[in-house]
Amino acid sequence: MATVIVVTSGKGGVGKTTTSASFATGLAQRGFRTVVIDFDVGLRNLDLIMGCERRVVYDFVNVINNEANLNQALIRDKRVENLHILPASQTRDKDALTKEGVERILAELKQGFDYIVCDSPAGIERGALMALYFADEALVVTNPEVSSVRDSDRILGILASRSRRAEQGDAPVKEHLVLARYAPERADRGDMLSVDDVLEILGIPLLGVIPESSTVLQSSNAGVPVILEDSSEAGAAYNDLVDRFLGKALPHRFTSIQKKGFLKRLFGGG
Amino acid sequence: MLLRSPHLASEEIPPFELKGSLFTLTVLHLFQMNRVAIERHLVEKVKQAPSFFNNTPVVIDLEGVTDSPEGLDFNGLYELLRTHGMVPVGMRNGTPIQQAAARLAGLPTLPESRANGGAKKPDKTEPASRNRIVNHPVRSGQQIYAPEGDLIVLGAVSAGAEVIADGNIHIYGALRGRALAGVRGAAETWIFCQSLEAELVSIAGRYRISEQLDSADRGKAVQIHLMEDRLVIEHLTR
Repeated sequence: MATVIVVTSGKGGVGKTTTSASFATGLAQRGFRTVVIDFDVGLRNLDLIMGCERRVVYDFVNVINNEANLNQALIRDKRVENLHILPASQTRDKDALTKEGVERILAELKQGFDYIVCDSPAGIERGALMALYFADEALVVTNPEVSSVRDSDRILGILASRSRRAEQGDAPVKEHLVLARYAPERADRGDMLSVDDVLEILGIPLLGVIPESSTVLQSSNAGVPVILEDSSEAGAAYNDLVDRFLGKALPHRFTSIQKKGFLKRLFGGG
Repeated sequence: MLLRSPHLASEEIPPFELKGSLFTLTVLHLFQMNRVAIERHLVEKVKQAPSFFNNTPVVIDLEGVTDSPEGLDFNGLYELLRTHGMVPVGMRNGTPIQQAAARLAGLPTLPESRANGGAKKPDKTEPASRNRIVNHPVRSGQQIYAPEGDLIVLGAVSAGAEVIADGNIHIYGALRGRALAGVRGAAETWIFCQSLEAELVSIAGRYRISEQLDSADRGKAVQIHLMEDRLVIEHLTR
């Protein structure tokens, strides 16, 4: 039975799509048949970050409207086996997402995949609600700042009250916290909330801390999920995150200030 | 005089009227139909309290009778009770045959005992309390209301969340949002929380916003109540 995972946050620009791309890639690298769906209809980005924007012919909305079948719309990733992308439409709006349509497509995808990753748009409107409605688990992406944490708190409330699991009285959606764009030295100075501050407010288990890193920007511009940049801190953090999701107990890295040694300063690695 | 209705004009008093009324009646619970045994026991009872058996109306209850119901002579029983100062006014329970026999003897059948019947049970379905327990954190944007009772939150109340009760509010976690107790005017209600970081606290309409909270109370476990129409915040001793 496939697991549906929503990557959500409430606030925009915190790293949902970056996380969706790396998380899905990491699951596929570990041998799981994985599909990642872009729910950001009208503002599609996932295909850019996955580096497959030139191969989009049909999209999610075409499939919902029966204008194409799923196999025509699914894009096979060229780098990683077992990984597929279902892109969003750039020319429609989020009203094109119907509950029945999304349910039908998820049911069809469940036949052929182990993990279905839903990349949610920002906000708490239709697109975001559709992305989280059918979720079994949720990655809540937050930045260490008050407004982002507040919006994540709001999304956690919606997960607990308006998801299908909540409406049907099933076991609640399993929540995981992803703290992205974290800079330990700035948290130490009090410019940012610390890991503990965020955990105290949100009160859900921490799945991973992704350090602020220029590699994230570079790789997303290049259309390469940052998890494939093994040598970078952000890539290593995403690899840890995927392993933790699959049950490995790993200590959290990149949460405290690291003194750079001479060699590290010489050869970089940040 | 002409305008008076004929009904009111009539000076005649009607011969009777019917009104419902409640009486306490003695119930004679019969367990067996042996006339000799009944009489022997009756004599004993009369000896103990002669004044009680003075034309005392009784209802005969046959629920406990186990032996030979057909052999019962209602006229005989009636006479026996009369001679010992009791006036049977009705019977209840018993088989249809017993009931028919009683009717023939001139005794009406009364409804079954409420204590044994199902009539009293609905009273017990009243909720044990109107208090509401929330066993999860209250997140930003959520609003929870406990009408006519206390609200108990087993977790934190986030900033941007609102908890409201007609009664008291107990929060076993940090209060970072808004808490309004006694919203229908109950001034004797209290608010309790493990850590006061609230945006607003209110009791019966008297409120204080975050800015007006004393920094010494911030982050402390507190109880909040009204004293002479003013909000009082006290630290909970641990």
